[in-house]
Amino acid sequence: MSVQNRPLSPHLQVYRPQMTSVLSIVHRLTGVALTAGSLLFVYWLVAAATGAEAYETARDLIGSWFGRLLLFGWTVALFYHLCNGIRHLFWDAGLGYELSTAQRSGLVVLAGTVVLTLVAWIAGYAAMGAL
Amino acid sequence: MSLRSPLGRAKGLGSAHEGTGHWWIQRLTSIALVPLTLWFVASVVAMAGADYFAIQEWLSSPVVAGILILFLVAGFYHGALGMQVVIEDYVHHEGAKIAGLMIVNGLSLVLGLAGVLAILSVLFKA
Repeated sequence: MSVQNRPLSPHLQVYRPQMTSVLSIVHRLTGVALTAGSLLFVYWLVAAATGAEAYETARDLIGSWFGRLLLFGWTVALFYHLCNGIRHLFWDAGLGYELSTAQRSGLVVLAGTVVLTLVAWIAGYAAMGAL
Repeated sequence: MSLRSPLGRAKGLGSAHEGTGHWWIQRLTSIALVPLTLWFVASVVAMAGADYFAIQEWLSSPVVAGILILFLVAGFYHGALGMQVVIEDYVHHEGAKIAGLMIVNGLSLVLGLAGVLAILSVLFKA
């Protein structure tokens, strides 16, 4: 019995990519990225609890260009997962399954991600007095 | 004819013995994380580049520490549940799957606990 060779869902390769399917897999990818990124957050918290020197090291690391790049990616992933997660909650309530609605809510998610990310970063630089 | 016992049918937990528990907790934590995430991002943005003493002062408020702990617990719980689904979907080798689930759940516990203890130690130091 070739149980091992049965095709198992979900299929990623056999369908033409569409906005609905791409946004769906990006939701998973951003979820995994956020889980990995939580390491940085816990490191920052532990550094803040350890002492001034450890905290300065963490702050310099996160404030470096590479740290900011990671943080920027993390912010994009966070806002995308947040917006698309709310879209999923509407689906869970049985709303928005019409194909045209799903297409439109997908665009709203993408726009929301861009706007929220920009607002957060502009506000962040303003708080640092860099603007 | 169903082979399921009347008790099993009444409990409605199915063969995995948890019914819709996983799905439901994933949704509950996601709803909790909407306001918690917005609060967290707004706080971090307002504190961008803050020095050690500003952070200590921020974390020494029981309200801030409490909300931050809720964010951590809901976040790691939600993350572990999500990673479990991803692993179950894509890792088809039984041994690797179980190992992956153990690593994800173990790391989530350790990291979540480390974060919570870090917050509490700053709170009680003040």
